[in-house]
Amino acid sequence: MAPPEAEPQPPEAAVGPERSAVLEARSVSKRFPGVVALDDVSFSLRPGETHALVGENGAGKSTLIKVLTGVYRPDGGELRMSGEPVRFARPFEAQQAGISTIYQEVNLVPLMSAARNIFLGREPRNRLGLIDFARMYREATELLDGFGVRVDPRRPLHTLGIGTQQMVALARAVSVNAQVVIMDEPTSSLEPREVETLFRVIDNLRAQGIAVLYVSHRMDELYRVCERVTVLRDGRHIHTGDLADLDRMQLVSMMLGRDLAEVRREGVTSFTAEGHEAARTPVLTATALSSRHQLHDVSLSLYAGEVLGLGGLLGSGRSETAKALSGALPLDSGELTVDGTPLKRLTPAAAIRAGISLLPEDRKAEGIVPGLSVRENIVLAAMPRLSRAGVVSRARQDRIVDIFMKRLRIKASSPEQKVGELSGGNQQKVLLARWLCLEPKVLLLDEPTRGIDVGAKAEVQSLIDDLAREGLAVLLISSDIEELIEGADRIVVLRGGAVAGELEGDEVDESRLLEVLADHTPAPDPGPASGGHDDPVPPGAEAAPARQDVAPAAEEDPR
Amino acid sequence: MTQAAVSPSPGPARPEDPAKPDRPASPLARLRDPAWYQEYGVYVAVAVVLLFNALFTDHFMTADNFRTQLVQVAPIVIVALGMALVIGTEGVDLSVGSTMALAAAFLPLYLGYGLVPALVVALLAGAVVGAVNGALVSLVGLQPIVATLALFVGGRGLALVMADGQLKQIVNPDLLSLGTGSFLGVPLVVWIAGLLAVAVAFLVQRTTFGRQIVAVGGNRSAAALAGLPVKRVLIGVYVLCGVLAALAGILATARLTASDPSSLGTLMELSAITAVVVGGTPLNGGSVRVLGTVAGALLMQLLRATLVKHDLPDSTAQIAQAAIIVAAVYVARERRSR
Amino acid sequence: MNETTPAPAVRAPARRTPAAQPGGGPKTRPADTSRPTGRQRAAELLQRQGVLAVLLIVVIAASFIYPTFASLDNARGVTIQASFLAVVALGMTLVIITGGIDLSVGSVFALGGVLAAWASQYGFLAALLVPLVVCGAIGLLNGLLIARGNMAPFIITLATLLGARGLLLALTDEGATTYLVPKDSAFGELGQGSVWGFGYPIIIALVLFGAGGLVLQRTSFGQTLFAVGGSSDAATLMGLPVARTKILVYTLSGLLAGLAGALNAARLSSGVTIIGVGMELDAISAVVIGGTLLIGGAGSISGTLWGVLLLAVIQNLINQIGSLNSSYQSVVSGGFLIVVVVAQRYLARSRRTT
Repeated sequence: MAPPEAEPQPPEAAVGPERSAVLEARSVSKRFPGVVALDDVSFSLRPGETHALVGENGAGKSTLIKVLTGVYRPDGGELRMSGEPVRFARPFEAQQAGISTIYQEVNLVPLMSAARNIFLGREPRNRLGLIDFARMYREATELLDGFGVRVDPRRPLHTLGIGTQQMVALARAVSVNAQVVIMDEPTSSLEPREVETLFRVIDNLRAQGIAVLYVSHRMDELYRVCERVTVLRDGRHIHTGDLADLDRMQLVSMMLGRDLAEVRREGVTSFTAEGHEAARTPVLTATALSSRHQLHDVSLSLYAGEVLGLGGLLGSGRSETAKALSGALPLDSGELTVDGTPLKRLTPAAAIRAGISLLPEDRKAEGIVPGLSVRENIVLAAMPRLSRAGVVSRARQDRIVDIFMKRLRIKASSPEQKVGELSGGNQQKVLLARWLCLEPKVLLLDEPTRGIDVGAKAEVQSLIDDLAREGLAVLLISSDIEELIEGADRIVVLRGGAVAGELEGDEVDESRLLEVLADHTPAPDPGPASGGHDDPVPPGAEAAPARQDVAPAAEEDPR
Repeated sequence: MTQAAVSPSPGPARPEDPAKPDRPASPLARLRDPAWYQEYGVYVAVAVVLLFNALFTDHFMTADNFRTQLVQVAPIVIVALGMALVIGTEGVDLSVGSTMALAAAFLPLYLGYGLVPALVVALLAGAVVGAVNGALVSLVGLQPIVATLALFVGGRGLALVMADGQLKQIVNPDLLSLGTGSFLGVPLVVWIAGLLAVAVAFLVQRTTFGRQIVAVGGNRSAAALAGLPVKRVLIGVYVLCGVLAALAGILATARLTASDPSSLGTLMELSAITAVVVGGTPLNGGSVRVLGTVAGALLMQLLRATLVKHDLPDSTAQIAQAAIIVAAVYVARERRSR
Repeated sequence: MNETTPAPAVRAPARRTPAAQPGGGPKTRPADTSRPTGRQRAAELLQRQGVLAVLLIVVIAASFIYPTFASLDNARGVTIQASFLAVVALGMTLVIITGGIDLSVGSVFALGGVLAAWASQYGFLAALLVPLVVCGAIGLLNGLLIARGNMAPFIITLATLLGARGLLLALTDEGATTYLVPKDSAFGELGQGSVWGFGYPIIIALVLFGAGGLVLQRTSFGQTLFAVGGSSDAATLMGLPVARTKILVYTLSGLLAGLAGALNAARLSSGVTIIGVGMELDAISAVVIGGTLLIGGAGSISGTLWGVLLLAVIQNLINQIGSLNSSYQSVVSGGFLIVVVVAQRYLARSRRTT
């Protein structure tokens, strides 16, 4: 694989023994009304290094990145590039100066082709000043080839898988003569194979003297690719140093600002060690759920009083299964029974009536109604039950809301505060309250602890424990393997939209889970260079010809 | 959309997120807070216009003048109420003017059967227009502007075709009394508009349907996953808007004493949207301000009346309206823009 | 039109040879082709050229049924009728591709006509420049308020719709005065002259469409329009001049609406004050029928041309069927709009799921 030759000339003074900073922030502060997002933060990036930036949510990482990339202007302090003070009024100016950014959510234009996305704003032109598409496609193909991605650059971006889109973003980032590449959670939607490709690309960048600022929550990755680390907490700079000098516990304790011993004692998750007593007859049975390109004959049973884990890699159909179980995914075939009674019409409303509740994965897009109060968000689904003749009863609402705000320890100034103003953890609790106040039999939790702070995470985890103990059937989806293993009594593993295996009792441990996942490595792509094709081809579907796997449907949300 | 689904973004919704302004506490600071203007600006503006007229305009603060103003604004208020509901769901209904014309065209055709059947048919026409709009928006998934544009274009044509392009005198005394009669000294039209405003306010604040409207406007996929009947809510909102527009068409016809489908309700969609926006309802859904909408309609009416009384021409009134719309959107923009 | 070129030129010096010659010589490897399936292509073709197909069918059918329809004279009449809306719709297409909307064009069109008629007493150049400058300024105002003020296009252009109409009334003594274009003036000739019977406005519209297509498809500015409409956030983060592009596109829309108004005044020999009401919605209809997505990010100039022609042909046909009330025209247009957008919606769905 040819290294992407993005940088013809090495940045000046890059290779000297001094390794002076290519990008430096000096005493940068950024205030927003009511919040100090960055407080006197200094930090420097050396040429050719891969530098980890870590911190809890709200530590100021995002703000720092936005300051470095020209999205925000700092209130105090200054930025320097190669020793020279710089000011970026717009992201464009930061890019011109050689700072490229890859965002967590692919920030490209979905309707435009891959090649156009790569060259937007600096399209190659012919002598007439018009865009030279032939050259553009050729160069795009070569660039992507360098990343092990073989794909027609004429294809609209949204028809490519997430991993490929990420690579297109990377191709764009390094092709603008970057001296610094900032990667914000670049692996959060990549498959392991794609992560490897990314790391290879990072190695290439390093060899060319390009500095990488790497933001990630995943410790493994940090220790694999990063040399130095900077820790932020509550908007303040806590530590910068060689990563090798810190072990994971020290790093975590710095991020949390907690005593080392305390972190150790708490363990990783807040689930209790012992399992739950599950009932004998299933409360929810799904038989042969199928949905084109998404699910293939998925069958599973859920018993009262147990936590069933749903494992699998990204795009394996976990969220789709949860959606199908809650009536939110149109099915081609399959049957759902609750307590032995089959559900006839599968809609969210019908599933809710039958006692099935889904906590969706994307809290912001599918969960909260930001402009409504905590109270109204909690009673949203239960509103018809709390009303008389279509008129809402405030007294009944207040009673319910009060109970759940106390039980879940929702921190809000009052039930009338807007949900959009709460922290992620409290928003998640509000959503949990929304479902719990329906008194469901089955609770489907899709990534319930993703993106929330450590304290809320622990609370949610122990709540899940309690709920199962009280006799609720819980389905837990989590990409955090430890959470899955410690939280679940049983794990069903999905791959390519089909059930790949099931772990029970003593089998539920990390090595077994990885084994099941590994046993079923993604189906071999028919093409020779498979790096670009992102979704595993469903086993049932006759190993589709290369051109047919257009729709990355398996990982697409059915919205 | 794919990317959005994969990663729960730690973006702007976090509480730590700095972009959220604190509520300033002191009254002085409040005056610098755009949110305050969005909330109360329209009432202040109405008060200022009234005060100005009390001081500088002869014969403005009289019962007669107010009666005239209120009678004129009543149809706009009625249409704007429906429009506010639609805008609350992140939609817009361009077809209201055509719906008024359609209702007006139906009236004379059925007045022969008596007043009630004629009213029922006219209102039904509004409901059908609304149902078509609602179906296009919710079932087909069209953008509200396009969906209602079709009936904006086609609705008036249909009305003209039915009326054979002619103006028809209305002689039915019952219908005419709707336009001219009064109760306790207040014109019936004003009573109707006022009662409807109260009813819509109750609907929005206190009924399941009303809260569902706001939830659907605030976050449609969340509402769907919460089991809310999103499609039914959307269709219901457009039907309601259509019926209200038809009612406004009936009342305006009664006042005109003639059914005039070619000009009745032209530019009504603009007046209604203006009233809603000036009243502080954000265009991107999730909130419906009924009282604000009424005040918004009143403000535009009073403003026009003031300018007319001071012998300023219509052109000035239009430019002033434009400026007020821009100002209203400007104060609404800080909080609501992404 | 000239306005469009500077923008890309400013950005041109940006490094544009990123990995142009990676390592050794250019490896000419055939691009890996995972092309869309036949059905997808058919759906795409239908979505892109569906209007053209409908237009052709209607025209052919009409030619058989109404012999008068197929005459050259009629073709001249239809196209000159359509040319003014076409110019307005061209600007609207660009605006809609950026995900915006411009409701002010109807008023600006009328204002442009009045200004041109008024200024025509000062000569040809004045008659063209005055409306262009004023209408361009209104477009610029729209763009500034929308892009810099970060306000919703729908409502801002609604405000300028009222404002431009108010300005027009102020200029014409509340509509009482109608300015006339001097007889046999060069400006009048611009509207009334013709080549082989096809009026100058038709030719101007065609030239503008050609230029518009080139700008949209083959310049950085055009690409930026698509990017802004496809994902404004992404475009900002990519460092594209989002605000500047929006300002430019609304200015263009104002300019084109003003130009159309001026041409129309030249043709009618007077600045008619009551025209242009609702024209913005006709323009939007034509653009949407032409396959441009109202949410932005996708669309074509040619589609808009077919959309405008389709509307004009329908109008003409209803006039041909003398027995029909002319109100049927809007009924049919509205019906067409519904059919087209619903069909588009289903085509888009089938493209996604194939």
